[in-house]
Amino acid sequence: MSAAQPLPLQLDAPDLEALERELVGLAPVKTRVREIAALLAVEKLRRQAGLQAEPPALHMSFTGNPGTGKTTVAMRMASILHGLGYVRKGHLVAVTRDDLVGQYIGHTAPKTREVLKRAMGGVLFIDEAYYLYRPENERDYGQEAIEILLQVMENQRDDLVVILAGYRDRMTKFFASNPGMGSRIAHHVEFPDYGEAELFAIAELMLGRMHYRLSEDAADALREYIALRKAQPNFANARSIRNALDRARLRHASRLFSGAAQVTLDQLMTIAAEDIRASRVFAAQRAQP
Amino acid sequence: MITQGQFSFLPPLTDRQIAAQVEYALGKGWAVSVEHTDDPHPRNTYWEMHGMPMFDLKDAAGILAEINECRRTFPEHYLRVMAFDSTRGWETPRMAFIVNRPTNEPRLRLEREEAAGRALRYTIRT
Repeated sequence: MSAAQPLPLQLDAPDLEALERELVGLAPVKTRVREIAALLAVEKLRRQAGLQAEPPALHMSFTGNPGTGKTTVAMRMASILHGLGYVRKGHLVAVTRDDLVGQYIGHTAPKTREVLKRAMGGVLFIDEAYYLYRPENERDYGQEAIEILLQVMENQRDDLVVILAGYRDRMTKFFASNPGMGSRIAHHVEFPDYGEAELFAIAELMLGRMHYRLSEDAADALREYIALRKAQPNFANARSIRNALDRARLRHASRLFSGAAQVTLDQLMTIAAEDIRASRVFAAQRAQP
Repeated sequence: MITQGQFSFLPPLTDRQIAAQVEYALGKGWAVSVEHTDDPHPRNTYWEMHGMPMFDLKDAAGILAEINECRRTFPEHYLRVMAFDSTRGWETPRMAFIVNRPTNEPRLRLEREEAAGRALRYTIRT
């Protein structure tokens, strides 16, 4: 190829577009994914032009509070990387400590290797990765699994991508006690908590997918609900919203049964304000004034 | 040179060619396994398994790593890759090919034995 001829530079990744369109918020995550996609596209062009370079290491760690979409993004990451031609097959193997660590001496290595073999050509997603390392038990087999993992992450990085996920503070501790792991992961991606408007958008998206809709009063009630629930302990972002919607559907169904013997399509689809306001979250507020 | 299984009249397969064959087997949903032996007699059908057959694999890289590990452990053994089809009605190996040979291959020798009544019996000896 002649040096003067310009090459077309474009990001052709429909999965990436879908990620940006279908996931609410998560701005830093989307930026990082877009950067990685750009790097891979440039890398591909460089290869076509005959410029040699080591393939970039794409092992990632996803940290964030519960319900911020770590698993969801990981699922999509596999198909995005496949679309960009980085991984060959684009499947996702999701595992936890139990799938990697054995129960007796000599059990861990084959078990971990088997999981790694299954994940080759795709993405290995290790949820709550910090459970692999148990400092309180020095004979814990988790350390063995980590060592095998590190070896494969280093030597066969064009065969698979490893994504570790977990809550922020515990992941930080995990990387501090396993410096080898931290340094082999190029991309540490932080998942921020959702704002109230984002949570409402997520709720609407979830309802839309299940063919429900909110009446106007119900939308107001849901906004209030989100503000109240967010202030309460154990708030798990999108997961809490999904649970709240599931309970609202429950109340919606029993309300329909307590009413007339016939229902219209409109009634079947619309969630009313009272379905949401019956929640326990409002009870505290009602008791106060 | 011992010939058995597929491709055994061809020059030894390269890793890329092995990977391509394994990809074909995985694409068909067959479980691939690695076996080795030091006795290439044609009647020796039971080779040693190197690890378990690998189910649920999507990519040949894992199997290639296993083959290379087996080569390191038994550089002077015969290695073969098998693909087992578990579909009802088949339930049998669908592919088998040799991927490693010892540097000095034993020769198969035909032996003649005089039996009763001037009958001749033949046997193959390595």
